[in-house]
Order: sequence, then structure tokens, then C-alpha cells
Amino acid sequence: MQKYDAIVIGAGHNGLTNGAFLAKAGLNVLLLEKNDYIGGASTSRELHKNWIYSNASYVSSLLRPEVYRSMNLAKYGLQVVPYGGNATLSRDGDYIGSYVDPDASRREMARLSPRDADAKLRFDRDIMRQSRFIRKFLLRTAPDPTSFRPRDLVEMFTMGKEMLKMGEDVIYDMMRLYTMSISDYLDEYFEHPLIKASKAGSGIIGSAMGVMSPGTAYVLLHHAMGDVDGNMGAWGFARGGTGAIASAMADCFLDHGGTLRKEAGVEQILVRNGKVTGVALQNGDEYQADIVVSDMTLPRTFLECMDEKDLDPEFIRKVRNFKIRGSSGKVNIALDGLPEFTALEDNPELIKGDLHVVDSVERLERAYDDWKNGTWSKDPYLDILIPTLTDPTMAPPGKHFMSVFVQYVPPKVNGKDWTSDLRDQFAETVFNQIEAYAPGFRDLILHAEVRTPFELENDIGLTEGNIFHGELTIDQLLFNRPIPGYAQYRGPAKGLYMCGSSNHPGGGIMAAPGANAAREILRDIRKPNTVPEGWMDD
Amino acid sequence: MNRISGNKTVGVIDYSSKDHYRTKVFPSPFYSRQEPLNHLKEWGRWADYLSPRAYTSADMEYFACRNACAVFDLTPMTKYRISGADALAYLNRLVTRDVEKIKPGRVGYTVWCADDGRVVDDGTIFHLRENRYRLCSQERHLDWLLTNAMGFDVAVEDETHEVAALALQGPTSCAVLKKMGLGDIESMKPFDIRFFDLENTGLMISRTGFTGDLGYELWIEPQYAELLWDRLFEAGRLYGIQPMGDEALAMLRVEAGFIQANHEFLNANATVRSSHTRSPFELGLGWLVHFDKPNFNGRKALLEEKQRGHRYNLVKLDINGNKPATDSYVFTTGKKFAGTVTSATWSPSAKASIALATLKAPHGRPGEEFLVEIYYQKELKWSRVMARARVVEGVFFDPPRRRQTPPADF
Amino acid sequence: MTDMNNHVVVIGAGHNGLVCAAYLARAGRQVTVLEAAEQPGGAAITREFAPGFKVSAAAHLLYMLDENVRKELSLDTAGLSFSQQDMKTTALAEDGNHLVMSKDAVQGANISSEDQAAMKEYRRLMGRFARLLHRMNNRIPPRVGSGNRDDTIGLAKTALAIRMLGRKDMREFLRMAGINMYDILQEYFDNPLLKGALSMEGVLGAKLGPRSNNSVFCALHRMSGMQGTALPAGGMGTVSDALASAAQKLGVKIRTSAAVTKVLLQGDRVGGVELQDGERITAGTVVSSADPKTTFLNLVGAKNLEAGFVRKIHNYRSFGNAAKLHLALQGPPEFKALNQSQLGDRLLIAPDMDYVERAFNHVKYGEHSAQPVLEITIPSLYDDSLAPAGQHVLSAVVQYAPYQLKSDWHNGKPVFTGQVIDTLAKYAPGIRDQILHCELLTPVDIEKEFRISGGHWHHGELALDQFMMLRPVPRAAQYASPLNGLFMCGAGSHPGGGVMGSAGRNAARAILALESSEGQQP
Repeated sequence: MQKYDAIVIGAGHNGLTNGAFLAKAGLNVLLLEKNDYIGGASTSRELHKNWIYSNASYVSSLLRPEVYRSMNLAKYGLQVVPYGGNATLSRDGDYIGSYVDPDASRREMARLSPRDADAKLRFDRDIMRQSRFIRKFLLRTAPDPTSFRPRDLVEMFTMGKEMLKMGEDVIYDMMRLYTMSISDYLDEYFEHPLIKASKAGSGIIGSAMGVMSPGTAYVLLHHAMGDVDGNMGAWGFARGGTGAIASAMADCFLDHGGTLRKEAGVEQILVRNGKVTGVALQNGDEYQADIVVSDMTLPRTFLECMDEKDLDPEFIRKVRNFKIRGSSGKVNIALDGLPEFTALEDNPELIKGDLHVVDSVERLERAYDDWKNGTWSKDPYLDILIPTLTDPTMAPPGKHFMSVFVQYVPPKVNGKDWTSDLRDQFAETVFNQIEAYAPGFRDLILHAEVRTPFELENDIGLTEGNIFHGELTIDQLLFNRPIPGYAQYRGPAKGLYMCGSSNHPGGGIMAAPGANAAREILRDIRKPNTVPEGWMDD
Repeated sequence: MNRISGNKTVGVIDYSSKDHYRTKVFPSPFYSRQEPLNHLKEWGRWADYLSPRAYTSADMEYFACRNACAVFDLTPMTKYRISGADALAYLNRLVTRDVEKIKPGRVGYTVWCADDGRVVDDGTIFHLRENRYRLCSQERHLDWLLTNAMGFDVAVEDETHEVAALALQGPTSCAVLKKMGLGDIESMKPFDIRFFDLENTGLMISRTGFTGDLGYELWIEPQYAELLWDRLFEAGRLYGIQPMGDEALAMLRVEAGFIQANHEFLNANATVRSSHTRSPFELGLGWLVHFDKPNFNGRKALLEEKQRGHRYNLVKLDINGNKPATDSYVFTTGKKFAGTVTSATWSPSAKASIALATLKAPHGRPGEEFLVEIYYQKELKWSRVMARARVVEGVFFDPPRRRQTPPADF
Repeated sequence: MTDMNNHVVVIGAGHNGLVCAAYLARAGRQVTVLEAAEQPGGAAITREFAPGFKVSAAAHLLYMLDENVRKELSLDTAGLSFSQQDMKTTALAEDGNHLVMSKDAVQGANISSEDQAAMKEYRRLMGRFARLLHRMNNRIPPRVGSGNRDDTIGLAKTALAIRMLGRKDMREFLRMAGINMYDILQEYFDNPLLKGALSMEGVLGAKLGPRSNNSVFCALHRMSGMQGTALPAGGMGTVSDALASAAQKLGVKIRTSAAVTKVLLQGDRVGGVELQDGERITAGTVVSSADPKTTFLNLVGAKNLEAGFVRKIHNYRSFGNAAKLHLALQGPPEFKALNQSQLGDRLLIAPDMDYVERAFNHVKYGEHSAQPVLEITIPSLYDDSLAPAGQHVLSAVVQYAPYQLKSDWHNGKPVFTGQVIDTLAKYAPGIRDQILHCELLTPVDIEKEFRISGGHWHHGELALDQFMMLRPVPRAAQYASPLNGLFMCGAGSHPGGGVMGSAGRNAARAILALESSEGQQP
């Protein structure tokens, strides 16, 4: 039986990042991936001949540039290319667009509401203020507020100091932003329903809450705090598909001497006397290591890959109560040509960006009511992108790949498992929704991959299909993530660590949990730190 | 209910059309006349519009303004129409100065603040007639202006694109207008407004400007913009009239000691780092804060600040040598950090390197000496000097003709 | 002029106004309370709604009254008495298998022993958190980031109080305080009726469903009175009468039918108030127990305030979502399988959490619930003074009924009333025939009758973003307003609504502290 210094379970972007930083520190690292492809949700695959699908995560903004640079991802072939703008299409044929040019965007808002166009300055200011605060803590380990250890006290103090630096009014803004609904929050800035709707979507993507649920304003911040080359809130594509991120990370990992095994699903994390000893694979193989790092979701790690005997019942109870509810689906489509959105007939610019179909906050909220009732939204919120308009590598010339993110889709339909019949019906709902805005769209479909939370869980291990490895609400953020007392990447057994998005600072292709976990591991085994510090922009 | 609205304006920019995106920057109503004169073909962007940086040479345009007269297109400036029974009360709560003192037919320079006493913008209030004002500023503020309208019987509308405007500045400007046949123009005092009939079109003229010289600003509906330009240049042919771009204006305004948004201060409603905003006292505009009127935005905070003292002083620096001190640090003679330069230029009139600078209080007393760290390059070689500088009290160039009424004839 | 300077005018003789007035008078201030209605009490009154039938017209149960107020103002000797205390709650089941919750037991509805055990832990934990909130209720909220010494001490005290929960409970507190009843109750219990009933504690009076975050906080707020549910003898008016007489004993002058229409300014500060009939009353200090929107936008006027502050007040969320039903009944109503002794309990119609959530769904879109949730009391069972002999009064809080109904309340009210009675009739089939008179107060009616802008009984949503140093708005959460000499003492200030009196008491302390720190009588 082979012994490694560390075993990382899951070759998602955080597992790869974690493994790379450990390998960089000289550890002999084994990275295990259950699938025959790597990347987890950061993947792209040829699912239709000559078409590359980014079939889970499809855009990038949060990936920490500190990690990018430190892992030398450019050398391993990664390019992140920003895409232009976005548009929210309403049923009456109008839309609100956002352009790369800020003046054009302002005029576009002024077209609907001159007041809102100017209110946007205040809105951007307030979101930027909060982003600047949270960004400082992305590559740091959250302090434990119940602890009196010097390290936690110092970190709490740092956090307090940074907060005070923002000034009294901005602290109040922060308390409000973290607890309000996105709908109430937007009401304080904007008056036009379509403008509000266009911003509200960011508050619910990946979340099992409605735009009127308190707590959704923070989710908007989570989507706004990233950047592409310093353009805050901008999003981009990994050239060649999202899998390019994982493959560059894997090359970095391998270059530093790491060992990667695919089709190596873990059956159990082995623990003896409160210490991890290694892992047993589903195929019967066993590997030994004093350090085991899980990139899997919290429930998958502890409820599926560990023996209940090895865990405290109270801990198990908390894991069970961890909120990781599936609310999203994904439909990936190969298109014979470019669909024509009626509203964008004369506008070749906006189609390159995110397209949303929604025209009011109420419509978004009603989509959530369907989810609460146990079905997918009959009038779903869609985030549509056609990456092939920006990235020429993903489909044959003149053909297109369309990525459709769908909100809301429940993990079970009326309490029952998804069936292929139901999945077809769900696909119909999505196709019809697009067809309504782009007549003729259905005729262009060459192939489609339909992923409900069921597929997201079974293919890439997202428990219940939750794209963030757990809800982003204040009870599960910072020192509460994933559960209070375990927010510093250490699991309940010695040598057991967690590096997935269930941990601070959460989901999205950020690579921060993976990097932070590596720093904590290296600290515990007294190895030099290979993980970069955050840049703390001022 | 009060009448508050944000109207969709028509004019050069049609906000009702989705097609606006095809044009990222729009020609001003004077474009057809500017374009052939713009020999350099260098256009800058000012809000929605193309704005010439310089037509032929910034230096020559500068001297045209100080020596004869120069024409600057200020159409892109933001303009709001404020009207209604409560217009005066509304403005008095909005801005720091007492607007009651700005009588009909007069213009007043002012500054306005957020609740915390930090400057949102500076600009001019034109009292067009009873219950009707125009507020001009660099930045956009419709959200803030409408927020301010709650509880007032007032209408606030953006009229930026409904009004074309030219600044005619320089010693011969009055003579040119007289030549245009605008009767009794010489009796206009600084900050006066008059209405004229220019070939059956309404022309408004104010004796205002951003150059610190004798000068006027001319306001007209966009469809008559070309007419105005043509008449002006015909009349000015023998008076040395020249079009002038942004670069010349930047020199002129620093000489005149005028502050500008995004250089000397930021819009408090849009500034992320809340400590980077400035109060009127910190901009040397304490004289615009009238505590003897009852309620205005920022009053309480400014009263407190007046007692406690402010953090910065905005000063004018006269700097040794001939290297413009753009983006420089300012140190005390003991080489301690004292502040930064916010705007700098070579002053062709004063033959001096001059600058506006923000210094940490209590620095900035008139006559106080500093060292200004200047980096400059000569034929690829970078050098650094610590130039001596002195705080001056008055503006760098202040010709008597600026205030003289009637102005000298030519 | 000392006389005028020492004079304090309190706007509104609601319970908070009276409490504040009493404490100020006790400290030697000359206090006049001005009340627009014909009787003091504000939203804590008893009034006749049909000949011979009286009801607590707005608030109908007492569970939060600040024990400091009760003691310090000797309310018991001033006439406060109860017809019923420590009331049980019975959650009604359509099939008659009801659930009864008393102080330390829960029975019926086939409740499992696991649920009973879970209930113990749930009550222990929520009780601890509620006690924490209880302590906050009696404090002037500290500002955050002001750099002021007292604020720092206040914050440290708050942090310490949270730490004193101990590591385990503190972690639960940090996790639970911001989330929703639905998730928490799912974690603890199986029984749908139990969960439905408990979820209702988190949504009463609020624009929240069980799944909405903030609902745990609302439930804790309800519990933070740390008292059993009680019915004052003679209805809520008795509480107000006791407060009024306690205040008068301390020298407070109460003028009714004196509607304040304007807060008068004198230079930089308030100078008094103007009444509807034009009478002007000078005062150096004016304390408003009216809701924040009424106080600032109507009485002071936006013109006299800074625009940023006006915007904050404008954004304060204060539209009511609850209606009040009053029925005059010709006999005691008969609920399915409910015995006579249970009839006097606090009765809930909230059969399960999804039912409550569905009822809530409507209000999000400006509709009233098709199947509403109800909190019912029949106070006449314990109190002969409320109805003619043998006849009865039913009082119920009904949710959800939005202030801004998409149709309009003129047409909507009969429809909604019908739906409410239909819902009641499912549990008390014969009730329709017993009704002699029916009154339904929508939030619009509540706004009109009690002069609460938006008709929200808490004077504004109780939510984490409108609590403590954020209530009603940041920088005006310490009872002082931006106008010198003008203070707030109503439910729009910390700690919010419910017949508590803490806002009034805290406000009095804030006023006296501020004036003594200024070293002068203003």
C-alpha cells in the first residue's frame, strides 16, 4: 500500500489548487478524481462532436488573480477573456442592455429612467464599498469569534479595524446589505421595474431563496465582488471553455510532482484513533496518508465518505442541517446557427453578453414560488450565454454553443426523484422560454444536454445540485461557513481538512478555499507557506 | 403632490431610441462648424459629446483668449431646469449659499453637499425668472436632485441636451457681441443675464466664464447652434476670434484658480472611499456656506466642522522653475509630507509654474513655503527636482477687465 | 423663558408616549401629552365596535410589557389587572386533533415523544436568545464606529452578553439569529401542526413567511418580553388607562382631541407644536411617539430636514400586512372538538408551515391571502365587561393583508372578510350564524384610526436591518432626531412594537442623559 504525504479528494478547481500548493511546498500529493475527466464543476467537454461544452460553470470573475499568478496559470495555457455587456429582455420586446462603454450603459438606463441612470453611481459606490471590505478577507482564514486564541483575536481585531476604516455610515450599510432582500435593497436605488429586475437576478443565482427573501442582497455582492483585470464586477470566459481553468491548474499540480488518478472514487476516508490514516477507493484500493483533504461538499465528505462511528453525533447533526439546496439547472445546447432574439434584432453587441429573460421582480419571485411548491419554475429565470461569439475554439465556424443557466430547479420534483420524463418536460419549459424570445430557436438545436440538480449531484458531486456547495446566507458565511467551529478548513479528525466551496469564502471559481486550506495545512505541519497573500487593494 | 419628474429629453441625443448604442460619443450641435476648424482631429470625450482637445495649438488658443477672444463649446455641461412655486426654497435647502440673494437675471456660483457636509458638486445657479432656475454642473445629479425634491412643489428636469452653449472669453469678447448687434451688451455686469433676439431666435447671454477673464456665455436652442456660431465668427473676424479646446481651458482655469470636479474634489454621492471626499472649507469655499439661513444639506456637519477645524486646505502654489508639477507630492521644507498637487500648469501670463494643491491642515497659510517633488523627462532621461514653492493668496492672473463695466471697446 | 424650556410636549398618548411622559415628569420636567383621539391609548385601546360589544381594537394580547415600567410606574396600583394570565396556545386542526402548548408542555395532535423532547431544547435555546434580546430591549442602542466612549462600552456589553451564552450556544445564536423559522423548525420537529403554530410566532405582524430569513429574529422579539401571554381586564384600554393615571399622578398633563399637525421650529431647534385648530404650544423639547414617517415627513416636513435623512426615512419599510377581525357573537362559538376551557386559549389557525407560506405568497404581490392565518382570542369568556351577558366577542389578527392592495380595499374588503369567515368556519362550522356584527380593520383602516403611516402595528417592519442601531434609521436610532430638541419614543425606535413601553422608557433616559451632558436645560 502506497503512502503519500497528503491525499486530496476531488479534482475540482479547489482540489487542484490545494494539491498544487501542497506539492509546491514539497509534499508528495495524490489527487483522486472519481470521474474520467477533471475539473468538477470547472469543466468543459466534447459532448457533441466538435462542440466543447462548458456544461457546469460557464463564466469566470472571482478567480483570485493572486492564485492565478502564483500557480503560473498563463504558462499552463489559461487565458480569461472578458465578454461584453449583458441584456435583460422583457416580454413586451423591450430590454435593458449594459455595454462595455460606461457612457453607453448610462444612456441605456436613461432611456428607461434618467433618474436611475444617475442613481447607478450611488448604487455602484455602495456595492464597491462592500466589495472592497469582503475582498480583503477572501484569501484569509476567518477568525473564530468564540475563541480566545491570540490568532483568532488578532484576526477579529483586523476585521474590526478594517470595518472601522470604512466609516460609521458604511458599517450601517453593511449591516443592512447582509440582512436585506435584494428586492428591498434595489428599491432604495432604482425606480424602473426592468432595471430592478435586471439587477435582482444576481441576488438569487444558485440560491434557494427568492428575490424578496431577506439575505439575498448579499448574494448580489458575491457576484459583484470579482473582477477581470481590475474591472470590478466584470465577467469573462476561460478561452477553450471553463475546463481550461482546471487543466491549467492540473498541469501546475503535475509540474510540481503531484500524482493525479482519475476514475478513483473514494469509498471512505479512513480514521483511526481520531486521526486520518488514508482513503479506501470504491474499487478496493487503499492509499495511506496522514493528511486527507476533501474538495467534496460538506455533506458528501462526512455523510457519504466517512464512517458515522468516527464522528461526533452533534457534528453529524450540524452537517445534516447545513443548507445546501439545489435550486438551479443547466441546459447546454449545440446550435446550428445564431438564434435571433426579437428584441435584439438590430443589436449585434448585446448578444455577446449575458442574456436574461425577466421583466419584473415579481416575475422572479413567482419563479421561486414554484420551487417552494416542489417543481421547476414554469416561467424560469434564465442566464443565457453564447460563448462562441467571443471564443472561436468551442464550436465549428458559424455554429454555436449556448449555455443556459436555469433558476429555479428543485433537487426533487414534488418530493420524488427526477425521471427522464420529467427532465424532458423541464427541457421543454426552458426551450419554450427561449423560443418565446427567439422564434426559430428550436429549429437550430442540434444537441442538448439537460442537467437538473439530480445530474449535477450525480455527475460532479454537488450535493442536491447546489452550485455553491452550500447556501450563501449569513448563517453560512465567514466564521459560520460551513458550520460554526469548523470554519478554518480543519475537519473533526486530526489530519482531515476541507478545501471545497463549502468553506469560506464560498462558491464560484475563486480558488480561495483551496488556497486557504493549503495555507492552514502547511501551517499545521510547519512547512513554508507557498500560498500567496491577498493584495489588499486600498 | 409635488411635481417631480425625470423627463426623457430630446435634442441631439434621443433617449427614447435603443439605437443610441451605435454612437458611443455624440457630435455637439456645433460639430459641423468645429470639425473643419479642428485641424488636429483630436477629440476628447466630455460626458455624451465629442469635445475638441485643441483645434490647432493649445498655446495659441490660450493666447487668443487672453489677448483677443476665444470660443469654447460648453454644450456638454450638465444643466437642470428647476421650476415651481418652491423652486427657491428647494434650492436653498439644496445648496450651501443663500439663493435668495441671487435675484432674477443674475447668476450665482455655489457648492452643494450631502448630509455629512461633503461636497457633491460645484456649479452655477441661473435665476432666469421668478420660480425658474437653471443649475449647471459638471457631474450628473438627477437622483440626488429628485431626492431633494421630496416635500417641495418643484419640477426638476435634465435639460442638458436641450440647450447648446458657447463660452466667448477674452478682452475683445464684448466688442464682438456688440458687433453682432446685441444692443447695450456693455452694460452687463459680471453675473448678469440678458435675453436677446438673434434673428428671431431666443439667445440668452450671461456674463460668466471659467477663464478668469472678461467673458460671456451664450445659450441657445440646439437647432440654432450653427446660426449662433456663424454670426459669432463673422462678427469676431476682425477681433481675433479663435475656437478653443479643452487643453487651453485647463490652463486658463488654473490661472484663474477655479476648482474642478474629479481634480480638486469628488462627487460625495459617487465616492467609494468616504474619507476622500472634501468639505467646502477644505476647498477654500467657506465663503459660500451661509449658516444664517435655516436648513440646508450638510448644515449640521459643517457647523461642527467649523468648530472642530477641517482636515485639508486647498492652496495655490507658485513653484520655482519651469517644470509643470503635475501629480506631484508636496513636502514641507523639512521634507515632511504635506499634500499633493491636484492641478498644475505652466502659466504663460504669470510666467510661472503654478498649481492647485491639497495640503493637510494647518498647512497652507499664505506665504508658507514648500518643496514640490517634480519628475520630468528630457530626451528620455528622467530627472527629479524638489522645487521650492510658495502659497499665494490671490489668483495667478486677475486682469481688471474681468470686472470692468462697461468693458473696454476695441 | 425657563418655563418654556422646561416644558416637554409628547405627541401621542399611545403607551410609549405615556411611558416616556411619565418618566420625564418623574425627573422633574413639565410634560404635556397631546393626543389626537378622544381617549388616550393609541393602538392600545378598548372601544365599542357594535352596541354593547367592546374589544381591544388593535393589540389584543399583552406579552411584552416591560416589567421595569410596570414596577417603576406602579401600574398595578394604577389599575392594571388581568382577566387571564399565562394563557395556553391551542393550534387548531381541521380534524379536531388540536395541539395545546402551555408554558412547559405540549400535548395533542399525536405529538411524538421526540418532538416533545425537541421542544424542551428548542424552548431552552430560544429562551436564552430571547433573554439576550430582552437585555438589549432596555438599552439605548450604541452607535457603531462613532469612536464615542459610551458607544464602545455599549458595543462591548452587547458582545459580552453574546459571549456569555457560552461557546456552543453562541455559535447557534450567530447561526440562527439571521435565518428563518422554516429551516430551524425542520431541524427540530416532525409534527406539522406544531411547526405551523411555532412558525407563526416568527411572522405575526411582519411581511415574512416561515421561509423568510428574519423570521427567527421576529419570533425571538416576541419572546423577548419574557412574559406569559395575558389578557388585561377590560381590554387593552386598561393598560393605557393605568399608564395615563400613573403619568397624571406624576404631574403629566394629558390633552385629548388635540391633534398635532406641525412641529414648530425656532432657528436650529424645535420650538413647540401646532394643533389642528391652529393653537401653538411652545416647548423646548418635543417627543414624538408617532411613527417615523408621520413624525418626519408630515409633522416636521421634509423641507426642514436634510435630503439624505429624508431618503432614509422614505426607505424605512412600514407597510402593514396584518388585519384585525372583530366579531360580535350571539353565543360562545363552537370549534370542532374544542372544549369550553380550551376556547379561552390563544387559538391559532396555522395548520402547517406550507399553509402559512402560501398565505404569505399573496402579500408579496399585493394580494390578500386566499386562506389566511389567524390568531384568535375570545376575551369575553373571562371578562363580562366586553359583551352583553351570554354573548361574546371574538378578536383575531388576520394575515396577510397588504397595505397596498393591488385591487383596492374598497372592493377587496368584503371579499377578504368572506375568506376569513370561511376559514374560521372550517374550524367552527356554526360561527357564521352566530355573527351579530363583523368589523375588519385592514392596514388602511389601521392607518386611519390609529394614525400610523402604512398601518403597520410595529410602526415599521421588525427586521435585522431595522433593529437596534438601525431603527428607524442609522444615526437616528438613539431616540434623538437630527433636529435639536426633537426626540422619538414610539415603536419606530428600538426595540420596536408590541405593548412594551421600553421605547418610551429608553427615550426618556436618552433625553435626560443628553440634556444633563449638555449641562443645561435646553
